[in-house]
Amino acid sequence: MPDQLLYGIEAAVNGLMAGVLYALVALGFVLIFKSSGIFNYAQGVFALFSALTLVGIMEGQVPFAHLINSIFGTEVHHFGWHVPAVLAIAFTVLVMVGLAILVERYILRHLVNQPDIILFMATIGLAYFMEGFGDLMWGSDIKTLDIGIPQGGSFWIEENTAWLGGEGFYGFFIDRLDIVAACVAAVLVVGLTLFSQYTKQGRALRAVADDHQAALSVGISLRFIWVLVWSIAGVVALVAGIMWGSKSGVQFSLSLIALKALPVLMLGGFTSIPGAIVGGLIIGMGEKLFEFAIGAPFLGGATENWFAYVLALLFLVFRPQGLFGEKIIERV
Amino acid sequence: MSAQPESYVTPDGRTIGGVMMEMKNITLRFGGVVAIKDISFDIREGEIRAIIGPNGAGKSSMLNIISGFYVPQEGEVWFNGARRAPLRPYEVAGQGIARTFQNIALFEGMSVLDNIMTGRLTHMKSGLFSQALWYGKAAREEHENREVVEKIIDFLEIQNIRKTPVGRLPYGLKKRVELGRALAAEPKLLLLDEPMAGMNVEEKEDMSRFILDVNDEYGTTIALIEHDMGVVMDLSDRVVVMDYGKKIGDGPPEEVRTSQAVIDAYLGVSHD
Ligand SMILES: Nc1ncnc2c1ncn2[C@@H]1O[C@H](COP(=O)(O)OP(=O)(O)OP(=O)(O)O)[C@@H](O)[C@H]1O
Ligand SMILES: [Mg+2]
Repeated sequence: MPDQLLYGIEAAVNGLMAGVLYALVALGFVLIFKSSGIFNYAQGVFALFSALTLVGIMEGQVPFAHLINSIFGTEVHHFGWHVPAVLAIAFTVLVMVGLAILVERYILRHLVNQPDIILFMATIGLAYFMEGFGDLMWGSDIKTLDIGIPQGGSFWIEENTAWLGGEGFYGFFIDRLDIVAACVAAVLVVGLTLFSQYTKQGRALRAVADDHQAALSVGISLRFIWVLVWSIAGVVALVAGIMWGSKSGVQFSLSLIALKALPVLMLGGFTSIPGAIVGGLIIGMGEKLFEFAIGAPFLGGATENWFAYVLALLFLVFRPQGLFGEKIIERV
Repeated sequence: MSAQPESYVTPDGRTIGGVMMEMKNITLRFGGVVAIKDISFDIREGEIRAIIGPNGAGKSSMLNIISGFYVPQEGEVWFNGARRAPLRPYEVAGQGIARTFQNIALFEGMSVLDNIMTGRLTHMKSGLFSQALWYGKAAREEHENREVVEKIIDFLEIQNIRKTPVGRLPYGLKKRVELGRALAAEPKLLLLDEPMAGMNVEEKEDMSRFILDVNDEYGTTIALIEHDMGVVMDLSDRVVVMDYGKKIGDGPPEEVRTSQAVIDAYLGVSHD
């Protein structure tokens, strides 16, 4: 096989791995949008906040240290202990559930039956509040996150694929972190699907996503479902935050992965879980392949920043309902 | 009303019990619009109670109050002999009151079977964690609920569409599925908002039969809104008549039908 083709395949596989992360973030959007019709602008900040919290707990950081020190003239920064990753993740999940409860109690509850745009604005407010709050709580310096996921290229894959190419080909380079991320995402999606198909709460969740009034009439509490959905979205954000944070550090730019989820949503539709997954994979693979085949050689590179949007726009023009949406025919 | 005994047996042999639901001096406003004005009436155990009246009379609003969707500004709701605090719709459902909607509210994306299964939610006990940890118990519960639902599907004669997504069904069948979902809750009180609206004669006959059978076989108390006077005459034990938010009649169907106030309301005699 010509080496050039092999490198193309490598780019495609790496794109798929990145796509898994896009899909995860998009999934968080879809879950909330489906069940409450809200486009949660804060989803990216959720990922950042959850990753910050996880690092903070693991490192034994004192929350609000800066604030405490400036008020009381103290110099506290760390409790001096380290919390094992598993335990810290469990705590962080609790924090995200708490966050969901607060969001329902102090925002959603007061805005039911308001126009969608108001709710959207509220989530913008929430996003910037959370960003500032995260800084205040854990500090704004760049943090490294290491929960023990193996990183770096997989030698095993490199060695066992080197024979495919000629002298200049050293085998596929695939980051082990990406492989783990893909597996975790797969487990998460399968788990969510089982949950929504086979549990009482899952059934209630689907019911709410389909019709609020009908859901109420069969005895479903909307408040409970909202807390549940925002909690799940928080956990999904945490998973995305862990993967991305392990790769590139926990810092402000982590919240920008939300921007990568937008074209995925345009492609997959705002209400389709399979759409988010397939859309994420297409965008991830598409942008890497485009960069490899056209962007880098002909356009001076760095096409990954905009290619996803162009792809999504083109797609929108021809299939506005998204990959798996039903064709919309306006009644006249 | 006070002349009625605690319980009695109807000419067709059904036993009507004491008062199950009592609405006392209910007033409901939407901004300046008074949808319901100082209305009182009761629903007895085991009866079929009809609510009739011209468009905009406030019938649906009354049903919405009973089911917790609307909260009246004035008046009291009494249920099973106790005054009911304002409840949310899901709490009302939990007390054994099920309903259908005038403009069908089904889960369009789910199958007929899944739709009717959601009617069982109030009967599902297993919590989130016990379902995850104790699979056997949850599976048994699922199985029991499924049996109830299959019985209802047989009863409503919709076996052939059990797996069909509801969004694809014609109007008449949707109404039937919605009734099925309400029945799945095995309610004590069943509220039906125009269950036969927009149906042809044959469909109406089927629906009437289902309603009568439910009432007869399970003793389910039913309150229904209906425009077709023929249907009302056939089905109901007692009728409340509303017009412009006021109650203008209450009694057995044949008595209500001949009342001058009711005839005037339906013929559109001007309101002074
Ligand atoms: N949610 C609401 N907001 C504002 N006004 C309402 C609302 N619901 C009902 N109304 C008003 O209350 C009045 C009674 O409406 P309701 O739907 O109860 O009538 P109805 O007797 O069921 O009529 P129909 O036979 O047409 O169904 C109407 O004037 C209606 O416009
Ligand atoms: Mg009505």
